[in-house]
Amino acid sequence: MGELRLMKGNEAFAEACIRAGVDAYFGYPITPQSEVLEYLMSQKPYETTGMVVLQAESEVAAINMCYGAGGAGFLPVTSSSSPGISLKMEGVSYIAGAELPLIILNVVRGGPGLGDIQPAQSDYFQATKGGGHGDYRLYVLAPSSVQEMADFVLIAKEMAFKYRNPVMILSDGIIGQMMEKVELFDPIPRRTIQEVEKQAPWATTGKKANRERNIITSLDLDPLKQEQHVYHLRDKYSQMEREDVRFEEISTEDAEYLLVAYGSSARICQKAVDLAREEGIKLGLLRAITLFPFPSKRLAELSNQVKGMLAVEMSLGQMVEDVKLAVNCRVPVEHYGRTGGVIHSPVEVLEALKSKIIK
Amino acid sequence: MTEEIIIAGFGGQGVLSMGKILAYSGIMQGKEVSWMPSYGPEMRGGTANVTVIISDERISSPIVNVFDTAIILNQQSMDKFEKTVKPGGVLIYDPNGITRHPSRKDIKIYSIEATDEATNMGNTKIFNMIVLGGFLSVKPIVKLENVIKGLEKSLPARHHKLIPMNQKAIEVGMELVKEYMG
Repeated sequence: MGELRLMKGNEAFAEACIRAGVDAYFGYPITPQSEVLEYLMSQKPYETTGMVVLQAESEVAAINMCYGAGGAGFLPVTSSSSPGISLKMEGVSYIAGAELPLIILNVVRGGPGLGDIQPAQSDYFQATKGGGHGDYRLYVLAPSSVQEMADFVLIAKEMAFKYRNPVMILSDGIIGQMMEKVELFDPIPRRTIQEVEKQAPWATTGKKANRERNIITSLDLDPLKQEQHVYHLRDKYSQMEREDVRFEEISTEDAEYLLVAYGSSARICQKAVDLAREEGIKLGLLRAITLFPFPSKRLAELSNQVKGMLAVEMSLGQMVEDVKLAVNCRVPVEHYGRTGGVIHSPVEVLEALKSKIIK
Repeated sequence: MTEEIIIAGFGGQGVLSMGKILAYSGIMQGKEVSWMPSYGPEMRGGTANVTVIISDERISSPIVNVFDTAIILNQQSMDKFEKTVKPGGVLIYDPNGITRHPSRKDIKIYSIEATDEATNMGNTKIFNMIVLGGFLSVKPIVKLENVIKGLEKSLPARHHKLIPMNQKAIEVGMELVKEYMG
């Protein structure tokens, strides 16, 4: 058993980055994720693992530092909260186009604009359907506990290199700010320069006499070549959908109704399932762990079993669109959720299920 | 056993750190715990509250809207949280600064004059540990030895010399809390 600690989600993420052998962190403070940078600075990993920790002059600077580090074959991490993530989106699009590894943490707060500093889930569209310009996707993981804020760093690292693609960990102000018991995995050493060169032969690690020049770019002015490049990206996204969909099911075996949720809403829904079962309502929960690729196939299967689904998210209804696409009108699908930084309670979720789905 | 607790008061009263010490004590006793804060952008003043859940089982929602115990440390929190205590639940409050005392008949109400006692003891910072003592007297869900271990875990080593004083404050609070008869 690993080391047991009581930590905030943000701190657990930061500690996991050090332990996962991340090469560099570039960020800029913003509530409710500032503990990531604060924790890294307090731990000084640059004195132990050699991991760079740098507070950039802005979010735009931070994401472009990530672009540079990724281009050299390193694994960079950045983190922010909603308005800060918007500022980073240009860079994210470039990094996706240039096919570089990167882990981005978004600790979502209420929006739009500066919004407020309370938890929200209203950045789903931005995370899963673009945000930046162009035909690209991020691999998006949604942790629902402090433990997963730590553990998902390892999955993110694996996916970032498997697909040479940015990975977003879409968290929120609840998971970032709450403290829970967390069991930390044992530290993994950072790669040596030789290991970086071996793992990333495409990277700009210094041109050797016996190989061609490596070029990191997202630009190709020949539309036919650019089209081939985008088709190549599409093939990666298809592979993610085939090989790396993640989800969890709770009480679905005999479920007549289904909640679909992710992140902190999934925790709230778990309690709603308990409350419903006490009343004799056969309610289950599908928790999406990857938001892209979305667990559409499993939802389609479940639509043959249940009478209706309620997508629960702290937004006006974003993920609900993916649920509807997956279910393809076989059963009614509705949305419930508070927004703007207000958190719905398990009782409110159950009431919404009764009024919108069970009727 | 699942105990859902709200601790609410002003920022700067030690609300969040009391919750953290309680949560760490739960871990030391082998329980599942969650600590969910809610506060504004202010460093001091403003209202702060924290939901702590201690359970034998995996905790589903860290957000709940009714509580087994409410620990209330200012009037705004009284107005907001008295009604959120489950029937048969517990409300503990410090009457200092309270103008409208709790009035529910279906819950158990305790008062603890922790502000005054902390002043008497010559250290207003141990206020929150006196309150914690009061809670543990009413709801002995964690043993004192595990609270001390929790203090050791949550305080940096350079502050460990303050643990005996905190322990004293907890013990004082255990004696000080009394049932409120209205």
